[in-house]
Amino acid sequence: MKEVIRLESIRRDFQVGTETVHALRGITFTICEGEFVTIMGSSGSGKSTLLNTLGCLDTPTSGEYYLDGVSVRTMDKNQRAALRNRKIGFVFQNYNLLPKTTAIENVELPLMYNPSCTSGERHERAVAALRAVGLGDRLLHKSNQMSGGQMQRVAIARALVNDPAVILADEATGNLDTRTSLEVLVLFQQLHAAGRTIIFVTHNPEIAQYSSRNITLRDGRVTGDLRNERILDAAEALAQLPKQED
Amino acid sequence: MNITNLFKIAVKALGNNKLRGFLTMLGIIIGVASVITMLAIGQGSKRSIQAEISEMGSNMIMIHPGGDMRGGVRLDADDMESLKLKDLEDIREKTRYVTCISPAVNSAGQAVYGANNTPTTVYGVNLDYLEIRRYRVSDGDTFSEQDIRTAAKVCLAGQTVVDELFPNGENPVGRVIRFGTIPFRIVGVLESKGYNSMGMDQDDLIIAPYTTVQKRILAITHLQEIVCSALSEAYTDQAIDEITEILRENHRLKETDDDDFSIRSQQELSSMLTSTTDMMTVLLAAVAGISLLVGGIGIMNIMYVSVTERTREIGLRMSIGAKGRDILAQFLIESILISVTGGLIGVLIGIGAAVVVNIVAAFPIYIQPWSVFLSFAVCTLTGVFFGWYPAQKAAMLDPIEAIRYE
Ligand SMILES: Nc1ncnc2c1ncn2[C@@H]1O[C@H](COP(=O)(O)OP(=O)(O)O)[C@@H](O)[C@H]1O
Ligand SMILES: [Mg+2]
Repeated sequence: MKEVIRLESIRRDFQVGTETVHALRGITFTICEGEFVTIMGSSGSGKSTLLNTLGCLDTPTSGEYYLDGVSVRTMDKNQRAALRNRKIGFVFQNYNLLPKTTAIENVELPLMYNPSCTSGERHERAVAALRAVGLGDRLLHKSNQMSGGQMQRVAIARALVNDPAVILADEATGNLDTRTSLEVLVLFQQLHAAGRTIIFVTHNPEIAQYSSRNITLRDGRVTGDLRNERILDAAEALAQLPKQED
Repeated sequence: MNITNLFKIAVKALGNNKLRGFLTMLGIIIGVASVITMLAIGQGSKRSIQAEISEMGSNMIMIHPGGDMRGGVRLDADDMESLKLKDLEDIREKTRYVTCISPAVNSAGQAVYGANNTPTTVYGVNLDYLEIRRYRVSDGDTFSEQDIRTAAKVCLAGQTVVDELFPNGENPVGRVIRFGTIPFRIVGVLESKGYNSMGMDQDDLIIAPYTTVQKRILAITHLQEIVCSALSEAYTDQAIDEITEILRENHRLKETDDDDFSIRSQQELSSMLTSTTDMMTVLLAAVAGISLLVGGIGIMNIMYVSVTERTREIGLRMSIGAKGRDILAQFLIESILISVTGGLIGVLIGIGAAVVVNIVAAFPIYIQPWSVFLSFAVCTLTGVFFGWYPAQKAAMLDPIEAIRYE
């Protein structure tokens, strides 16, 4: 299997006044293409810091990070921006869609920052991404005309549209009810089945059951890294939920 | 991100906040509109003064008795009678740069015809005067050299005087009016020249032979003024030098004596007037410029608000690959769009206001293309200048913090 992510003793220290906070204290792991990894840990364990590092938003204090074989540590701001644009898809807890903007425009956004992508191609790919998340009939809905689940699916489509090496999700189901969470998980499992690499940060252990690998953090260290042999099917779980009353 | 997309984003951002965008623009609109209107009025009055001066004869030279009064007041009575007919003749004979020359004596009084009367001024001059001041006779004829020699009681009447004395539209030529106690036969009517820029009615006058005014009205032998014209405007200075020399000799002034006469040229007057209007224009433009500055500060203010409001959006854009310069360009274009749109509206309103001033107040205006261009350029610069810091602030945001911003 091809390596997509390789972390070698990543440390991240924050200077708060005179004190140094060690958010990450030497993290080492590799993630291969096609894995669906959940990163779990209690609040303050360093999940977000790790995800920011993986997403090339933050640079580690020390250690090496290779994304798709490229060392990120030495890159400057603009190079990292370009890298995020081509290799990474972000999904946030609070969706972060542009307000008063249609689904299709939101999904096109990453491609806008890719000068090699023509406007025709951009539209085509955005439509394809929205179809893939089941919103092919909602292209022109504005973000404020959609439910939370739909908004998160638009956000997932936006994360897919640049065909990234890895999709990073930070508590992507944190704002959703059980049913919609499962719907989103169904989507992630479909993407996983289609060969996507997904890293899903959550503090909810239930969600870990739907992924192929669980990494546990505590105090900035990896305390567990387990392959999940019995992956639950989110679609099944969804079917078992009591019927919604309309 | 390419410029069209950035432009679309800016239009959309403004569209999301139409009222706020408009209020921000208002500062620029008012600034630009006032620059354009002020310059149009300033340039308009300058041009009309210039046109008038050249209509009056831009090569005109006026000689007054008495020294230069600009430094203070002289009380020497002899000085005031220093100009004699001999001076005029010598100037006519000896100079190379003076073409026409006329004495001028005047007296204010009442003109009467039948039951009608009007206050006016009679100017005693010779025939060159018409040429120098660019008066033309529209009806009848001028008086003759013979009339001047004999101090004949004949005159040319300005249109205003004619209108006052002959309200029923009779032909005034050949009629005899009275000026004070002296009867004058009207031999001709002057073509109307209208008002000058100082608001003086140039048709409110009677022109008569200077001999007649000197002897019969004023009872003097000296001249109150000599007017002449230089070969052309360019020769005015040479002509003045020659005249000064002749007059000093005639008046037997010693090397150390001050002139007992003063010479003014239309050229001098013209540059004085235009420099006055130029200064006014600069002042008006400065005031207008300040309002543009205030408008710019308004833009800066609202752009800061906009950046703060959209911190999350900025964070998102950065996390999906926007570089600092993309964000900078986005906000810069937004502020330029505000200022340029404001500028465009301001130009239209400014031109409109100038035209209204022209129509309603009959004030001369001239809209100079460069003033429109300039205020537009200044406007764009205002957008860049005042948009820069907020945009820079946006571009420097840390994506991690920005995206979590509540
Ligand atoms: N920008 C920062 N400045 C200072 N300390 C930080 C910063 N970001 C995170 N930390 C600290 O690093 C630790 C890990 O934080 P975080 O990665 O957000 O944890 P999690 O997402 O697991 O809750 C916490 O102790 C937090 O206070
Ligand atoms: Mg967190």
